[in-house]
Amino acid sequence: MTLTYDQAVIKYEPTLGLEVHVELNTKSKMFCGCATEFGAEPNTQTCPICLGLPGALPVVNGRAIESTILIGLALNCQIAPFSRFARKNYFYPDMPKNFQTSQYDEPICVNGYLDVEIDTDEGKMPFRVEIERVHMEEDTGKSLHVGGETGRIHGADYSLLDYNRAGIPLVEIVTKIIPGAKKYAPQVARAYVTELRDILRSLGVSDVKMEQGSMRCDVNLSLAIAGSGALGTRSETKNVNSLRSVERAVIGEIIRQSNRLETGERIIQETRHFLEESGLTRPGRSKEQAEDYRYFPEPDLVPVVPDAAWIETLRGQLPERPSARRKRLQTEWSVPDKEMDSLLNAELLDVVEETIALGAEPARARSWWLGEVSRLANEREVAPTSLITAASIAEVIVLIESGELTDKLARQVIEGVIAGEGSAKEVIEKRGLKVISDDGALTKAIESAIAASPDTAERVRSGNIPAAGALIGAVMKSTGGQADAAKVRELLLKHLGQG
Amino acid sequence: MTNIHSTAAQMSDALSAGSITSVELTEQHLDQIHKVDSQVHAFLHVDRENALAQAREVDAQRKSGQKLSLLAGVPLALKDVLAQKGVPTTCGSKMLEGWRPPYDSTVVSKLKEAGVVILGKTNMDEFAMGSSTENSAYGPTHNPWDLTRIPGGSGGGSAAALASFEAPLAIGTDTGGSIRQPGAVTGTVGVKPTYGAVSRYGLVAFSSSLDQAGPCARTVLDTALLHEVIAGYDQMDSTSINAPVPQVVAAAKKLDVKGLKIGVVKELSGEGYQEGVLQRFNEAVDALVQAGAEIVEVSCPNFEYALAAYYLIAPSEASSNLARFDSMRYGLRVGDDGKASAEEVMNLTRHEGFGAEVKRRIILGTYALSSGYYDAYYGSAQKVRTLLIRDYQAAFAKADVLVSPTCPTTAFKLGENVDNPVAMYLNDIATIPVNMAGIGAMSLPCGLAPEDGLPVGFQIMSPAMKDDLMYQVGGALEAALINKWGKTLLSDIPVLEGK
Repeated sequence: MTLTYDQAVIKYEPTLGLEVHVELNTKSKMFCGCATEFGAEPNTQTCPICLGLPGALPVVNGRAIESTILIGLALNCQIAPFSRFARKNYFYPDMPKNFQTSQYDEPICVNGYLDVEIDTDEGKMPFRVEIERVHMEEDTGKSLHVGGETGRIHGADYSLLDYNRAGIPLVEIVTKIIPGAKKYAPQVARAYVTELRDILRSLGVSDVKMEQGSMRCDVNLSLAIAGSGALGTRSETKNVNSLRSVERAVIGEIIRQSNRLETGERIIQETRHFLEESGLTRPGRSKEQAEDYRYFPEPDLVPVVPDAAWIETLRGQLPERPSARRKRLQTEWSVPDKEMDSLLNAELLDVVEETIALGAEPARARSWWLGEVSRLANEREVAPTSLITAASIAEVIVLIESGELTDKLARQVIEGVIAGEGSAKEVIEKRGLKVISDDGALTKAIESAIAASPDTAERVRSGNIPAAGALIGAVMKSTGGQADAAKVRELLLKHLGQG
Repeated sequence: MTNIHSTAAQMSDALSAGSITSVELTEQHLDQIHKVDSQVHAFLHVDRENALAQAREVDAQRKSGQKLSLLAGVPLALKDVLAQKGVPTTCGSKMLEGWRPPYDSTVVSKLKEAGVVILGKTNMDEFAMGSSTENSAYGPTHNPWDLTRIPGGSGGGSAAALASFEAPLAIGTDTGGSIRQPGAVTGTVGVKPTYGAVSRYGLVAFSSSLDQAGPCARTVLDTALLHEVIAGYDQMDSTSINAPVPQVVAAAKKLDVKGLKIGVVKELSGEGYQEGVLQRFNEAVDALVQAGAEIVEVSCPNFEYALAAYYLIAPSEASSNLARFDSMRYGLRVGDDGKASAEEVMNLTRHEGFGAEVKRRIILGTYALSSGYYDAYYGSAQKVRTLLIRDYQAAFAKADVLVSPTCPTTAFKLGENVDNPVAMYLNDIATIPVNMAGIGAMSLPCGLAPEDGLPVGFQIMSPAMKDDLMYQVGGALEAALINKWGKTLLSDIPVLEGK
């Protein structure tokens, strides 16, 4: 019989290890002046240096070092007073020099940690993930294997190479082994990558777009019999490219490995590839015979010896920690836990904060983004923030608060802005969407409604207040929804002697 | 009257005086190349059209009264290891046959800026690995003193071009003696500046931590003039020294060594050195004494490990530097029949494209960097390097400069050592410690060995960044010897008859 996830995590204890590669968003590459923009025509962002032409030499991008130190500081690391680049030697066509300039035994940041929060059976609990190292390296080019069935180099008819990505600064963040997560291992992995992403975003050092590959995660996982204290053989699942996939990859590997162990098979130390559709992994290259990268210190670069005062200046520039910010905003806005989770999952925290900063009332800001805007975004299968700006929503909300728009009118304004009819003001102007606040105009509409339904009016006059609903509806209809319903009710009742 | 036998300084004077044009001077040298190079084979590529175009431009600038640099209009031979935009750059290897760099090395940029006329690219041992030019894929260069003998290496082409009056100036590169040993065996002057004095940008790397480009000429003053053109900080080379270039021209003109302490290195003479080499060396030391210098004997006990350590470090770096020659982006491609995989094509190309000595060193270096061997080989070699630096520090505490014969012997016969790599390597025993410590050194002629009538080289070593000291001593020694002989050494070179 096969073990389910729940059975597997009772019998086996998972040990995690996470390696995250982040492309820095520096304007130029790690060792040359080439642009780093995503999506440019192949091989248009290259030069003798990033193409590794004979004779070309690297020069370190100072901004990349600064970004890496900021990351290290945000992850509570020690910044090495002396670190060096090293060459990682191996042959691959998309690597121009056939070595990658990286860091090996002397990385720039070491020994940090990151605290995350997970939902357990006992409620929210903190969990500390220890960081082994943060180091700098350069990205490789991209290979596109054409022909063949798998899209892999093996069996392809030919391959196309794009060196635009070659030399883009990468930072690799490696955790120490993460024991003790038990059945929460998938959650810990996801929470760690999420928190890391939020920190990197708050630092402004990377676009952290997993879907574009500017943040990539490798998940190392091994199992050992629960309570044995042993460490099993690990697999390394490559390029897990969304937060949800991180969680699924851990679950998938726990199930796969536990069932192998159940049938008496051993775990092979290997690289595996995550399959987005099934949540399973397929084997890549075996690492049983460890590859020999023949690392040695990069002789073309001088050691990195950051000034201690500079490090302290950078430390002083660290922004508020995302987890602290979330707590602060939740309190400031008095948001219930559940709604806070919704905001975070929908990645609306930043835009809501911005909307509130522009004058919108917090509860309304949240509900408009989570409600109407999210609904419209879902229909179009895009992100809410790509539809409309915080400024537009704030403008609409301010008008609602001052009574110049009703909710119904506000929806029409938002629709107009999204349709490209101009700013909120312009849409209101063009579509004539204004609350009728003129008592005379309303009184006229009320009188017409009463005249049209004298029986109903009589019932209200004689004390049947709920009967007023039909008349209010008629007024709203005749004013095209531009009247404030509360105001209509007040005037109508007054008119029929019930005010 | 200026002719091809004049010094570069004399040519410079004649050009400024208007008694000759750069076009005339360039044509004289192109004629000489045409006349004798079929016997000498100093050039791999003669760039007639570009050279004349450059000469015309300098003449026009001079005519219009523009202020020109001292060497403007003077021709030069460039070692084929430096990238020159649009001009074939082979490094003496089949691997790069037909490759035309899309960029200029910094040395070439500086030469062009100074108006120095580049006649063409000179022959060399493949990727600068060798001491005889016999490792060139395009056939050896012949020593103009005796065409059956080696011109030294790896920069034999540059040295032979000077000795056969094909050019008054040349650029060499020196990783373990590749400027100085060819200078010694051809009776010319060659300087390896302090590591970092001349930018390595565009110098196709053999061993990054040892490679250094430098000036070659027939007189000390000419090398100094060229030194000041090519030296200086370059932000494209991270290992470039950010400090003013020492005043080497002024030093070369001092002709005064009174009170200077000259250290004779005990370990760099005696056993293994040819008798005539020692005799001429000792006579030169006497000449310095007569000129007022003080002689002290110094001991550098760790020099005996220098050669062994060099043959770990240089091949290690080379194994990585030469990995980029894989046929994917430029240069030779072998076996691409539409069926072979990229890996197979890489293999076939490297098998065909590299010569035996290059393969030998790649294999040595790959082995030395392998995991499990790194500490014993590369690691120990780096420690030896530290010991060599300490030896030099101790020696320079006692002496302003150090001296030795440049090589143990005069030029040997072509073919004599091709099957004996260790005998070949021993040629560089006196030059290698300089590269390992990163200091500067010069070789200048000190006579002909009585037993074979071939030139003997005298090596002067100066502390790092004090290159002016070796020029001061070299200039004074050269003047004293010419005074003693009543002529220059090269005036005795056999005249090469054209075909």
